[in-house]
Amino acid sequence: TVMAAPVTNDQSWFFALALGVSFLKCLLINAYHSTDFEVHRNWLALTHSLPAAQWYYEATSEWTLDYPPLFAWFEYGLSHIARFFDKEMLVVQNLNYASPATILFQRLSVIVADVVFFYAVKECCKCLREDKGKDLLGKPSFILTVLLLWNFGLLIVDHIHFQYNGFLFGVLLLSIARHFQNRHFEGALLFSILLNLKHIYLYIAPAYGIYLLRCFCFTQSNADGSLQWRSFSVVRLVTLGTIVLSTFSVSFGPFIGQLPQVLSRLFPFKRGLCHAYWAPNIWALYNIADKNHLIVCSYYERVKFKLLDINKLPKASMTGGLVQEFQHSVLPSVSPLATLICTVLSILPALFRIWHRPNGARGFLRCLVICALGSFMFGWHVHEKAILMAILPLSLLAVESREDARIFLILSITGHYSLFPLLFTTQELPIKIFLMLLFTIFSLTSLKTLFRKGGALLNPLEATYLLGLIPLELICEFVYPLTVWQKTFPFLPLMLTSVYCALGVTYAFIRLYISLLTCSDSTKKIKTQ
Amino acid sequence: MENWSLFSLCVLLGLTSRWAVSFHSYSGAGKPPMFGDYEAQRHWQEVTYNLPVHEWYFNTTNNDLNYWGLDYPPLTAYHSLVCAYVAKLLNPEWVELHASRGYESHSHKLFMRATVLFTDILIYIPAVLLYCFYFCDGSSKQKVATALCILLYPGLILIDYGHFQYNSVSLGLALWGILGLGLGWDLFGSLAFTLALNYKQMELYHSLPFFCYLLGKCIKQGLTGRGFFQLAKISLTVLVTFALCWMPFLSDPKQPLQVLHRLFPFGRGLFEDKVANTWCSLNVLIKIKTLLSRETQLFLSFALTLLFILPSSLKLLSKPNLWQFKLALVNSSLAFFLFSFQVHEKSILLAALLMFFLFVFFHSMLPLLVKDGLLLPYVVTSLAFLFLSLYLLSHLTRTNEPLFWYFPFHFWFSLVAMAVLSFTSVWLEPPAKFPDLFPVLVSILSFLHFLGFIIYFNLVQLMEPQRKKSQKKTN
Repeated sequence: TVMAAPVTNDQSWFFALALGVSFLKCLLINAYHSTDFEVHRNWLALTHSLPAAQWYYEATSEWTLDYPPLFAWFEYGLSHIARFFDKEMLVVQNLNYASPATILFQRLSVIVADVVFFYAVKECCKCLREDKGKDLLGKPSFILTVLLLWNFGLLIVDHIHFQYNGFLFGVLLLSIARHFQNRHFEGALLFSILLNLKHIYLYIAPAYGIYLLRCFCFTQSNADGSLQWRSFSVVRLVTLGTIVLSTFSVSFGPFIGQLPQVLSRLFPFKRGLCHAYWAPNIWALYNIADKNHLIVCSYYERVKFKLLDINKLPKASMTGGLVQEFQHSVLPSVSPLATLICTVLSILPALFRIWHRPNGARGFLRCLVICALGSFMFGWHVHEKAILMAILPLSLLAVESREDARIFLILSITGHYSLFPLLFTTQELPIKIFLMLLFTIFSLTSLKTLFRKGGALLNPLEATYLLGLIPLELICEFVYPLTVWQKTFPFLPLMLTSVYCALGVTYAFIRLYISLLTCSDSTKKIKTQ
Repeated sequence: MENWSLFSLCVLLGLTSRWAVSFHSYSGAGKPPMFGDYEAQRHWQEVTYNLPVHEWYFNTTNNDLNYWGLDYPPLTAYHSLVCAYVAKLLNPEWVELHASRGYESHSHKLFMRATVLFTDILIYIPAVLLYCFYFCDGSSKQKVATALCILLYPGLILIDYGHFQYNSVSLGLALWGILGLGLGWDLFGSLAFTLALNYKQMELYHSLPFFCYLLGKCIKQGLTGRGFFQLAKISLTVLVTFALCWMPFLSDPKQPLQVLHRLFPFGRGLFEDKVANTWCSLNVLIKIKTLLSRETQLFLSFALTLLFILPSSLKLLSKPNLWQFKLALVNSSLAFFLFSFQVHEKSILLAALLMFFLFVFFHSMLPLLVKDGLLLPYVVTSLAFLFLSLYLLSHLTRTNEPLFWYFPFHFWFSLVAMAVLSFTSVWLEPPAKFPDLFPVLVSILSFLHFLGFIIYFNLVQLMEPQRKKSQKKTN
C-alpha cells in the first residue's frame, strides 16, 4: 500500500503556483493560435446548432468531429456559455470566425478547464512516497507540482497552439492517482470516461487492462510476487466490466445506429505514415535511412504550404490530414498494419513484466509510460504532441527515483524541443525560448538538488546531446533561414529537428525499458496489494 | 536550489510577461493622423537616420516639429539612430523620409518591440539583479523574491511593452547610478546617472538627491583636501559626459538653446499628463487653469515642487548615507509625481507600503492604458503583481497572523476603491454632464494617495525612527 505524504499545514504554495500559471495563460490569450482553434469553434457550432443525430455526419467544414461522443457533449455544454460571448461563433457557416470575443471565450474555456488538471496534480502530490525537504523548493511535491502545472509542452500546446489537453490529462492523472490510492473502481471509471473523451488514450489501455486484471482481479499474490490463481475475484472483474461498459454505452448509446459512421470519423486510416511535421519517432529515422526520401519527399509538398499562406497550413492536429502515400524506395514500405504489429511487439515485454512481477502502482505507471512511448515510437500518423502522454505521467516517477529523473530529463527536454516547429511564427519565438529555458532550468536544477547524493544526474554523453539542442536551434531558426537553401530545401530544419530528437526519445525508451525489466525485484519493501 | 538558477527563473518569468504583453496593442494603433508614442519613436528613427544632426531639433521643411518633434535629450536621438540602422537593414520602408509616416505592420511591430526587449535585457535587468543581490538585506530567498517583484512590476511592463516607450533605458541607467553610489564608485555612479539624464530629462526628478548625496559626502570628507578633490573628479566626470553627449550640438550656439527649448517646453505650460494629478484634482474644486495666468501657474507648480523636496534634500545633504539617499529619491520623485522604485526591506511595513505605493501609481495609469486597448494586460498583470507581492510578503515576514490583519484597514479600503474604480471606468458609461468623470476620479484617488505618501516618507526621512543596529552599514 502506498503511504500518503504527510499533509503540510501550509498548502498555499500550490494555490500560488496555480494562480501564477493561470495569469501567464491569460497573458497568452492574444498569441498565435493554430487551425485547432477553428476546429473547436466548428465543434461548438455544430453541437449547438444541430441535433445529436447529425453531429457525426456534418461536413460543412473540413474539420469534422473526430473525437468520441463525450467530448462532443463537453463542447455542447461549452456552447451554452459561448452564447453570452458571441452568438456568431455558433453559426456553422461562419468558417474561420475569430472575433475577439470568440478568442477570449475559447481561451478562457481552456484556462478554466485546467481546474481539473490542478485538482489531479494535487491528488498526485498526495501519492508521493515521501515528501521531506529542507525547504519548500526542495520538496518532491513542490517540484512535481511545478513540473506538471508549468509543463512547457502543455503550456504551448494548450494555450498557444490551442487544445484541451490540460483537462484531458487532468482526468488521466486523476485516474492514476486513484489507482495509487487503491481506489481502483474510481480509477477505472475515470479512464473509461477519458477514452470516451479522446480515443488516443487507447494507446495506454493495455497497461490498464493488464494491471487491473493482474493486481485487482487477482486479489492476492504469493510471497515471491507471482500469481495466485485461486485468488481470482469474479465480482471485481464483473464490476470493472460493468463500469467500463456502462460508460461506453452512455457515451455511444445515442449514436448506436450510426456506429460505423462514428468509427470511420474516429479512425481515419486514409492518412499517411508520418504527420506533416515528422514526430521524432522510429519512422523519422526510417525515412532518413531510405535514400529516396531525401530528394523525392512528399514532406516537401506539405511544408511548401507553410511558405504560401498561414491559412493553408497542413493540419497540425489529430483531426484531418492529407492523403499521403509514402513510397519508400530502398526499404520496404510501411503499412498501418505493420506499425500496429511493431507497436504491439514493443509494448508486449512490458505487459508481460507487470503480469509476471507486478510492482504495484508504480510498476503500472512505468508500464503506462512505456505503452505511451511505444505507440509514439512505432505508431501510424503520430503527432509529436503525443509525446506529452509519456512526459506527464513520467514526472510522477521522476521525483522519486534517480534513474527515472534522468530518463525524464532526457525525454522531456528533447520531447519539448520537438514541439518547437508547432510555433513557427516570429512573434512566438521569444516566448517559446523563454518558457523552454524556464522549464528546463527548473527541472535540471531541482532534480539535481533532489538527487544530489550519488554524483551527477546526467553522464557527459547525455549532457552533450542535450547541449547540442542549442546549436541545433540556432541553425534551424536563425542561421538556416538566411542561407540560400531555405528556398530549395525548406523542410530540412524540420527534418533535422525530428531526427535529432528521435535519437533522444529512442534512448529514453530503451532506458525506461531497462529500468522496468531490471528494477522490480529491489522493491520488496513495497507490499503489492 | 542555487541562487543563479532562481535568479534566472525570475528573469525568464519577467521576460516572458514582457513579451506576452507586447502581443497587445500599442499607443495610437490604427489612429491616423497623429497615432501615438509608437509612431513618435518610429518617426525619430526616420528623422535621425535621414537628416543631418544639426537639423534634428529644428523646424525645417524636412522636419516638421509639430508631428512628433524630438523632445528628449540627445542620447535618445542616438539610440533612435542605431535602431534606424537596423531597421534599414531589415526593411528600408520603415524609415523612409516622409513616406513612412504612419507605417504600421506586423513585422514592424515585432521589430519595435524587439528593440525595447533588447535594451531591457542589456541595461535594466542586470541593474535590477545586481541591486537585489548586493543591496537587499535578508536571506537569498528574500533577494530573489524582491527581484521577482521588481521584474514583474506592471507599470514598467505595460508602459514599455504596451503603450510603447523606452523607460527601461533611463530607469536602468539611473539604477546603475544608484548601484554605483551604493558600492562606493561615485564616479561610475555619476557617469551612469548623467547618461540617464541625457536620455530622458525626466530624470531631473532624481537629480537633486544625487547632487545632495554626493555634495554632502564630499563636504563630510572635508572641503579642503580629499573632499574637494573628490568633488572636482565628480564634476569633471559629469561635465565631460555632458560634453560628449552634446558634442554635435556644441558647434553652433543656437543648437543647444533649441534643444533645451524642445526639452522644456515652457511655452506649452507645465501641465503635461505626468503633473496632471495634483492640478487635475484641484481643478475640480477651483478652475486653476482659467483662473491663473500661465506664468503664475508655472511659478506655483515650481514653488510647490521645490517646497516639497527641499526638506528631504537638505536632510540628505547633512547626512549623506545610503538610507537617506534612497528615501530622498523616493521623496524627490514623489514630489514630482513619478515613481521611484525602491524596495526597502529594512522595515517590512515600509516594503509593504512601497508595494502598495507602486500599485497605486500603476492604477493611476488606467485611463491611458484603456485608451491604448491594453485593458486585458492591465488586469492580468496588476492582479498577478498584487497577489504575488502580497503572497511573498506574507511568507517572508514569518508572521503568524493571517494577511488580513497585517495591513491597516485603509490599505484594503484603498484596494477595493481602486478595484471598483477600474471596474466602473471600463464597464459603465459616465454621465453626459461629466464625460471625463472616471479618469478624473482615478487621478483624484491617486493624488490623495500620493499626498499621503509624500507626507509619510518625509516624516520617515526627517525623523529617522529607531533602526536596528545589525542592519545597514552606513556609507
